[in-house]
Amino acid sequence: MRAMPVGARALLIELDSGAEAEALHAELLRRCAAGDLAVTEIVPAARTVLLDGLEAPARVAERLASWEVPSAPARAEEVIEIPVRYDGPDLPDVAAHWGVDEAEVVSIHAAAEFRVAFCGFAPGFGYLTGLPREVPRRATPRTAVPPGSVALAGPYTGVYPRSSPGGWQLIGTTDTVLWDPSRVPAALLTPGVRVRFRPAATP
Amino acid sequence: MSDRALAVVRAGALTTVQDRGRPGHAHLGVPRSGALDAPAAALVNRLVGNAPEAAVLETTVNGCSVRPRATVTVAVGGAPCPVTVDGRPAAWGAPVRVPGGALLDIGAAHAGVRSYLAVSGGVTVEPVLGSRSTDLLSGLGPPPLTDGTVLPLGRPSGPHACVDAVPHPAPPSELVLRVALGPRHDWFTDAALTTLAARPYAVSSASNRIGLRTEGPALERARPGELPSEGMVLGAVQVPPDGRPVVFLADHPTTGGYPVIAVVDPADLAAAAQATPGTPVRFIAVRHRR
Repeated sequence: MRAMPVGARALLIELDSGAEAEALHAELLRRCAAGDLAVTEIVPAARTVLLDGLEAPARVAERLASWEVPSAPARAEEVIEIPVRYDGPDLPDVAAHWGVDEAEVVSIHAAAEFRVAFCGFAPGFGYLTGLPREVPRRATPRTAVPPGSVALAGPYTGVYPRSSPGGWQLIGTTDTVLWDPSRVPAALLTPGVRVRFRPAATP
Repeated sequence: MSDRALAVVRAGALTTVQDRGRPGHAHLGVPRSGALDAPAAALVNRLVGNAPEAAVLETTVNGCSVRPRATVTVAVGGAPCPVTVDGRPAAWGAPVRVPGGALLDIGAAHAGVRSYLAVSGGVTVEPVLGSRSTDLLSGLGPPPLTDGTVLPLGRPSGPHACVDAVPHPAPPSELVLRVALGPRHDWFTDAALTTLAARPYAVSSASNRIGLRTEGPALERARPGELPSEGMVLGAVQVPPDGRPVVFLADHPTTGGYPVIAVVDPADLAAAAQATPGTPVRFIAVRHRR
């Protein structure tokens, strides 16, 4: 674990793996809820957790070093199930990349259990880990990916909450609402949440 | 319908509703947003007797015109500009009474970029995640104003301030940004760190509410490759592949994959919001406060 100062009010904590970052994120949330840590933002990412809005970052960095953080995050109880029509235009490319047929891509994706590692790119866009294989981004990003597109890139899967440009491989579509500002939390997929994708009938 | 409303007659180049933004949601991918020149927005709110969290209008370069349906007190601040009510000159940087139905015009900025209009009672569009700010990166909050937009106004909460003149910083002729190196300065060569602190940059015309882009010498990387996405703070100085530093402003993305070489002291960001394209930029490296 390495804590780097970010300006005068923030710390970027770098871990050796995504799993360690998820575990530290869970521990930070626990300590925040217990009133042990005062911070404005806790932003997990691929290998890091950002703490922003700290009164004394250097003191927090010292305390962090003495914490016992579990090596893997505790499993959230609830699993969010997202029905997917596996009708994405990039299914053939993903199948070719993995050396399997399209049906096998669907089975691999629908069999895995995912966890929201972090959000970014757009409000409510979660980067989900748990994919047993990787896939490259598209060489040329699309200028408009339809909302509800279920997609893959690198070690991640995710769902586009709204139409936006994007370079991920599109393998399906869901009607599940990922982002609703009138809901608390507004994002369906928040860091730490467990997710499964279930094949839905193609209309 | 209440007559506490503001009709937009001339929206201007880019006029948005802004308050103090929506910090605290970065983990959901939600930018903080909020007025770019926060002290100017706070000052005009105080002049009209609003609470500091009231929403104001932020204009860009050429102002805007509005017609309140009821008599209101307004104040215009930020970038200095002509202010008229039904064509008659009115005060900038002071409370001004605008009768219901009169036309308030905020002219083109003499200097600086963004003028702020506070109206007694504040602009009361529906908040999203606790803020009325327009976020141009992710599209949260009300869309930028267009001619004909009608904005609801709240009830005035207190009397306006009684002042003859208020101090306000002039828009910068040179933008001096104090930076603390890190977190990823070790991704750059020593020469790049020297360049950042010693060579002049200039504000690029591609700057917007997301970031202040610069023109100047490219900063050379000591290590190639991509950085896995990581969280980013307001004022982060990110260096994209072209090597020209970008200073992240209120609508910045919450995570990014290009290395952040340094972070600007938040106290210097109001001046960054008012720096016109071509303004010289000087980065000054300071030590972290411990």
